[in-house]
Amino acid sequence: MTGVTPILEANGLIKRYGRVTALDRADFDLYPGEVLAVIGDNGAGKSTLIKALSGAVMPDQGVIRLHGRPVRFGNPMEARAAGIETVYQTLAVSPALGIADNLFLGREIRKPGILGSVFRMLDKAEMQRQARRELSELGLLTIQNINQAVETLSGGQRQGVAVARSAAFGSQVVILDEPTAALGVKESRRVLNLIRQLRDQGLPIVLISHNMPHVFEVADRIHVHRLGRRAAVIRPDTHSMSDAVAIMTGATEVEPGVA
Amino acid sequence: MTQPKPSGPHDLTAHEHAAETSVGQVARFEEEALSLGRRIHRFFHANPTAAPALVLVVSVLAFVVLVGERFLAPFNLSLVLQQVTIIGTLGIAQTLIILTMGIDLSVGAIMVLSSVVMGRMAVDYGLPPSLALAVGLATGAICGLINGGLVTRLKLPPFIATLGTWNVFFALNLWYSKSEAIRSQEIAATAPLLQWGGTAFELFGARFTYGSILMLALFCGVWYALNWTAWGRHVYATGDDKDAAELAGIRTRRVLLSVYIVAGLICAIAAWLLIGRTGSVSPQAGFTANLDSITAVVIGGTSLFGGRGSIFGTLIGALIVGVFRNGLALAGVDVLWQEFTVGMLIIVAVTTDQWIRRVAA
Repeated sequence: MTGVTPILEANGLIKRYGRVTALDRADFDLYPGEVLAVIGDNGAGKSTLIKALSGAVMPDQGVIRLHGRPVRFGNPMEARAAGIETVYQTLAVSPALGIADNLFLGREIRKPGILGSVFRMLDKAEMQRQARRELSELGLLTIQNINQAVETLSGGQRQGVAVARSAAFGSQVVILDEPTAALGVKESRRVLNLIRQLRDQGLPIVLISHNMPHVFEVADRIHVHRLGRRAAVIRPDTHSMSDAVAIMTGATEVEPGVA
Repeated sequence: MTQPKPSGPHDLTAHEHAAETSVGQVARFEEEALSLGRRIHRFFHANPTAAPALVLVVSVLAFVVLVGERFLAPFNLSLVLQQVTIIGTLGIAQTLIILTMGIDLSVGAIMVLSSVVMGRMAVDYGLPPSLALAVGLATGAICGLINGGLVTRLKLPPFIATLGTWNVFFALNLWYSKSEAIRSQEIAATAPLLQWGGTAFELFGARFTYGSILMLALFCGVWYALNWTAWGRHVYATGDDKDAAELAGIRTRRVLLSVYIVAGLICAIAAWLLIGRTGSVSPQAGFTANLDSITAVVIGGTSLFGGRGSIFGTLIGALIVGVFRNGLALAGVDVLWQEFTVGMLIIVAVTTDQWIRRVAA
């Protein structure tokens, strides 16, 4: 991968909470068109790393670069404005609102002209049209009623809505936090297909997951986080799940970046 | 130590393989055969005003049978509309707050305080009536701002915050009015604008007041704001799941604050309509208005758990209460049975809401 500029990279991130060091000179890089899985034991600092990348946490030290240019995100909104979308484990969807409403929540489209500027009228037809297009691009459009309340959907369908939202607005990077954790076998499979599909559309993806089989199935590279920093980057075709677990738990010492 | 890498369908376990080959995509809408009960449930779930509307129609029919033609006379029906003007208007404010998963116990106190301010500004200080009205409206908005500040800045539960301000606003009202009413004649002489809401006109034998028309216009305006603007979507999303709304990029504190300010302003409009309806300003008026407004919202099908409900449900809820009170009075039933019936209505409404709110029946 040398010679290619990473889409998103971080160098020497440090984040301390009181006397606890959550990030200890952590590095990170994500290259164009790949699925990068981030794994690590509980407390390894992977969620702090992801929060730093998605703007939810400001690192004490270190640099984050987007397309090689240093960026600083004061809050998640700034990261989103820069094209980094995060699908949270809780999905951040509003159950009683419809699918289209949820897709555009916080970024509604108003009607053109005086209706939009003075009367602040929403362009519902346009939002529904775009929502339909986005869902059908992801192969999700067997949903007949785009205004159906999200709470009437299954877990996988909700995940689909949340992923569709991030795909619609995430122009640079999509971060998925444990997307299959709450799902059954069949629905997990569909979400994994969805991840591949997004990758094939050229959108690089950061996947945080505890599920080793899922990680090994879908990831191009695997970032193993341990004790607040990147312990190794491995590839599913050169390492096994046992290797990954060994690095994760410290049973195997690896020189950083060897893989 | 090394395991085979699970890649491709060969390594899938049997059940995963079954899942892989089965039809369907991630978000498939399955239109399975539904039992009648589930169909009814789904209908009411999707149409929150349907249940209260049904109750309104049935109760009107019941009173036609019970008290006869008199009840259905245009004059009587328009009287019901006049009787619900104040509670209906306060209900609009209450609905906005309840949609955000809050509750406002101070709506009645804000209304009375604002009406006293309007009256004293015009009658005692001799301000131009329109200016007195504006000061009164601003008073309501400031009261709302205080409630909103307590809820969003000090993070007090809305119930506690407004329980406190209810007493504070009511005490201020007694102090500022010196516990004295302003008589109708005085207002009529100095500031007839304040009584505008009581002006009536006849139409097809019915008697409408400007006040009740303004209330209906307010309902339409708030309906538009809730359903056709981003602000309205954000109000629902904030009440539905505040954390999710926050993560989706909605500044929920700002939304909440705006809701409390708008609610305060609407309470002040109710104050204006109250002066129109009674002609006078009384610091003792509207004491039961708090709970009556909550009653209208709840009977109208808006969930006390936030994020669900519709503004026209509240209008219907207020009308249901109005129909029952009016009908029972016409039937010559003792007033205590009106209270009894309203109490029963609340219990039935909330029970129904809990059933409807469930995703699957």
